[in-house]
Amino acid sequence: MTQAISTVSRARHSLAPWARITALAVCALLTLGPVIWTVSTSLRTPAESFDLPPKIIPTSPTVESYRGVFDQIDVWLLALNSTLVTGLIAVGQMITAGLAGYAFARLEFRFKKPLFALVLATMMVPLQVTIVPVFLVLKSMSLTDTLLGLIIPAFPTAFGTFLMRQYFLGMPKDLGEAAMLDGCGPWRIFRSVYAPLAAPGLAIVGVLAFNYHWNEFFRPLILETSAQNYTLPLGLVSLQGNLGTGSISVVLAGVVLSMIPAVAVFVVGQRPLREGITSAGVNR
Amino acid sequence: MTNTRIPARTRTVTPPPVAPAPPSARDRGTRLLATLFLAPTIVGIVVFTVVPIAGSVVLSLFHWNVIDDPSFAGAANYRETLSDSTVLVSFRNTLVFMVLAVALQLLIALVLALAVNGRMPVWLRSVFRSAFFFPLVLSAASISVVMKYLFNQDFGVVNWLLGLIGIAPVPWLTSENSAMAAVILVYVWQQFGFSFLLFVGGLNNIPKEIHEAAALDGATGLRKHLNVTLPLLSPTLLVASVVGIINALQVFEQPYVLTNGGPGDSTRTVVMVIYESAFEQLRFGEASAVGVLLFVLIMAVTALQFRLSRRFVHYQ
Repeated sequence: MTQAISTVSRARHSLAPWARITALAVCALLTLGPVIWTVSTSLRTPAESFDLPPKIIPTSPTVESYRGVFDQIDVWLLALNSTLVTGLIAVGQMITAGLAGYAFARLEFRFKKPLFALVLATMMVPLQVTIVPVFLVLKSMSLTDTLLGLIIPAFPTAFGTFLMRQYFLGMPKDLGEAAMLDGCGPWRIFRSVYAPLAAPGLAIVGVLAFNYHWNEFFRPLILETSAQNYTLPLGLVSLQGNLGTGSISVVLAGVVLSMIPAVAVFVVGQRPLREGITSAGVNR
Repeated sequence: MTNTRIPARTRTVTPPPVAPAPPSARDRGTRLLATLFLAPTIVGIVVFTVVPIAGSVVLSLFHWNVIDDPSFAGAANYRETLSDSTVLVSFRNTLVFMVLAVALQLLIALVLALAVNGRMPVWLRSVFRSAFFFPLVLSAASISVVMKYLFNQDFGVVNWLLGLIGIAPVPWLTSENSAMAAVILVYVWQQFGFSFLLFVGGLNNIPKEIHEAAALDGATGLRKHLNVTLPLLSPTLLVASVVGIINALQVFEQPYVLTNGGPGDSTRTVVMVIYESAFEQLRFGEASAVGVLLFVLIMAVTALQFRLSRRFVHYQ
């Protein structure tokens, strides 16, 4: 029934449905075009890289460029660094945001409101404004040019804390009250009642953290000076620098390799990712 | 909505067999737990955000190159900064970038969100949604490497496509007039998906009855969108523009990789200046002064937006 009504109201769109869908398809193609071109060029021989019109289906596909990437940069080391940094930050943020979000949602303590306001206020502070003092703080702890220097400052997450607070607030209060009547202390109520329900919210925090920090460029560029501590985006930009105007198919093969985990998370975690991004807008 | 698994023992609530622990002990337990739970976040925020903000302000009042002892400079860094043509150009570039990139990003996202919201098979809608959102998951730095090839004047695909519709090759990255346009296009290509997702969410939140009522009143097409949809979407528009502007004022990767601020200073942004003066020229005082100015600018623009929004944003 609702279907019928919405059909009537939507049939009056100014554009005919087929024209609208065609226009959308063209936009989608333009959006994905650079990615398709990257994948296909990385599979062509260097000589064919600049062919116009671009041969989207390579005439003689070759993985030579991928071998070239492994020859010129230590892909395994870069990937290991990126995985360590991103994985530990994601796990760390899930822990800090889960705990702090729960405290703000379900525990009573002094200065709760000002502390929560402080957390929210830090969302407004751009990283670049604080990077010089952060660099100096890390230097005093001998953490510059180490992976830990990238990881530890990223543990607290204002947005993740906000998200988890909303998540815990959305859970029925009587669950905890019932457990309290059963004689559970505050820790048991968290551990056995609420924490097991938090997994979907934590997944959002984890996926957002992974996506952001896997692609992060500014902080690694400043903090990591020796090549052995580079993450993938740094390694790729330096790969492009080394080659100058040389073989672009090798650079593009590197880009494709670095995309794989992000694309995997996009495919597996698209829903938590979308929910995380939209919750920024809907919760206000 | 989620598969809420309720632990078995809490499912049936029986009257408490024994009196609960005295409230004071329980309160103390709660406070202790709250302290432990908050400690990592609050300590982290104080050490890595609150203290550095204060540190930036203090540093901006000193001359310091890391090697020699810092010397007090008073307002000298601000005076130098505000009379340095590169810094001034970088602020102008960043503002121009912000206005054009955010406007373009919101416009594209809004039109696409409205189009995707129209009638079509469910699978097709999710294909479009995924496609528009996909660039968001890629690294801005590596995608800028790719875009550098696509925007090449002689063998880039962009100019080849423009050639098909009879437009002469544009010297995208090598001319002061068009480099900023290329930076904006690359940035918007990657970012519009964020606003798009917000708008799709906002459109879904508009009750169907309102559209039906508008249709019954004879509102159709563009007029319906202007008079009915847009006001209802205005809270989402506010969030999308606030977040969009804050992000745009911090643009770095695209100009750094695509043009390295050039040709000349035509695409040098404020964050590039902070990076260069601190970590290439070791002028930490000046870099901090520019950082403080950027912070003030972001706060001012955001406050202005919320002030304007009182007139334009309608909450249901």
